[in-house]
Amino acid sequence: MGDTPQTSERSNDPRQTGAATVMHELRTWFVSEVLPLEQALMHYLQSNWRRADDLADIRQDIYLRLFEAAKERIPHPARPFLFTVARNILIDRYRRERIIPIDGVPDLESFAVATTEPGPDRRAIARDELRHLQAALDRLPPRCREAIVLRQVEGLSRKEIAQRMAISEKTVNRHLCDAMNLLLDMKSAGDAP
Amino acid sequence: MSSTPQTARNVQHAAVEWAVRRHTDETWSDADQQALDLWLAEAPEHLLAYWRAEDGWGRTELLGALRPFRAPSVRISDQGPRNWARRIAAVVALTALSGAAAYALHEAPSQPEKTYSTVVGEHKTLALSDGSQIEMNTDTVLRANIARGKRQVVLVKGEAYFQIKHDSARPFIVFANGHRITDLGTKFRVRNRPNSVEVALVEGLARVDTNSNAQSGHSALLKPGDVAVATANSISVTKKPAAILSHELAWRQGNLIFDNAALAEVAAEFNRYNRQQIVITDPKVARLTIVGTFPANDAEAIINTAREVFGLKAEQANGRITISR
Repeated sequence: MGDTPQTSERSNDPRQTGAATVMHELRTWFVSEVLPLEQALMHYLQSNWRRADDLADIRQDIYLRLFEAAKERIPHPARPFLFTVARNILIDRYRRERIIPIDGVPDLESFAVATTEPGPDRRAIARDELRHLQAALDRLPPRCREAIVLRQVEGLSRKEIAQRMAISEKTVNRHLCDAMNLLLDMKSAGDAP
Repeated sequence: MSSTPQTARNVQHAAVEWAVRRHTDETWSDADQQALDLWLAEAPEHLLAYWRAEDGWGRTELLGALRPFRAPSVRISDQGPRNWARRIAAVVALTALSGAAAYALHEAPSQPEKTYSTVVGEHKTLALSDGSQIEMNTDTVLRANIARGKRQVVLVKGEAYFQIKHDSARPFIVFANGHRITDLGTKFRVRNRPNSVEVALVEGLARVDTNSNAQSGHSALLKPGDVAVATANSISVTKKPAAILSHELAWRQGNLIFDNAALAEVAAEFNRYNRQQIVITDPKVARLTIVGTFPANDAEAIINTAREVFGLKAEQANGRITISR
């Protein structure tokens, strides 16, 4: 720090702050650069792995390997790195399950092309996202939708939602969790219209 | 670390459960937080799934902010102290000069706006009838448009701390240098600097959108502890520990808190609050560091520290205090 150590009675622990910063950076990177690619990733996995039930686990493996690598150094841009990891994980799985994919090793070319395209305007993305979100909400079971709308749009507390819907707080929690799980699945699958 | 294999589906469900409880459980306690922290530390897939779940939750909160304005159920008018009225004429003239750029960036107001200001060293609290509160720091000018169907504030210059009562029908929006901060039920601090705007989120959730006139707008969703710095074409977000955030809000009690701050930084901060300016030209002196709490308007306290702790000289002349070796 400065050249006057006698004044620093309260010294911060730089290692701790450093670690926290790194974790925060990792989170920011994961949320802002990796998660937006999830639809594209799932699309890639779908076209290269037949059992739909495995896809979420494969995605988890990919995220884990990506995360381990990012702890060393955060890859920028995320996209080519993510798809390389995805390809490697798929190849591992093919080996483990002794599957020989009919079309050969998953094709990365079509995805590599996409990385060089200019991204659409961010505001357009935001508008799009809202449209998708509203469409996804419409597809939730009515009680789930009601709960999440009361919470996130109307800003009601869990207690108020319980009163409004004449159900217990525990059930409100259940509806909110179900709604979130369905929304995450829909977003991931990209099948929100 | 996990002995039983965890399917992604189970992990997601657990993560969603945590995220939803964390955001909606009013009885959420330190023990709950500890249990969550333990779960997150158990396996990296927990952490990643939790980040993903929170991101999903945060995205649904955008619905509230983006929702079109709706007629309010209660009419809200500004209930601030009456004695400001006298100062408004003078302030309007000042605003016309310094606020022109920021003004042009937000939609033409259909409602009458009110302008409030503080002079150097002044600290003022505006209490709005919706229960929201704005604390203005030294040398600050803001225009508030709190009326039917809208709650907007333009921070023309300076710094303010906002404690906002959430109303999903009327998001509270702060404009600063063309950037837009949308509150989602929040306590936050905004400082309008010459080339950037700093937003520190203390509680709740807020969204920052950069200058909407720029080629490509950027936006960031802030969580407690996040400090966003928005410039003309970027936003960077860093995390600050709660202690630092509260130090940076010490002005609310009329104090300045420094934790290993360079004397140059201390002087610059102090100069925001006082007409009498501290001047340091010697780079060696400027680099000395200080730990302590000082009354924002008390030059003597800083001068005494400089003299007693560092053995420096302080000379007062022409409204300036020059500190040197």
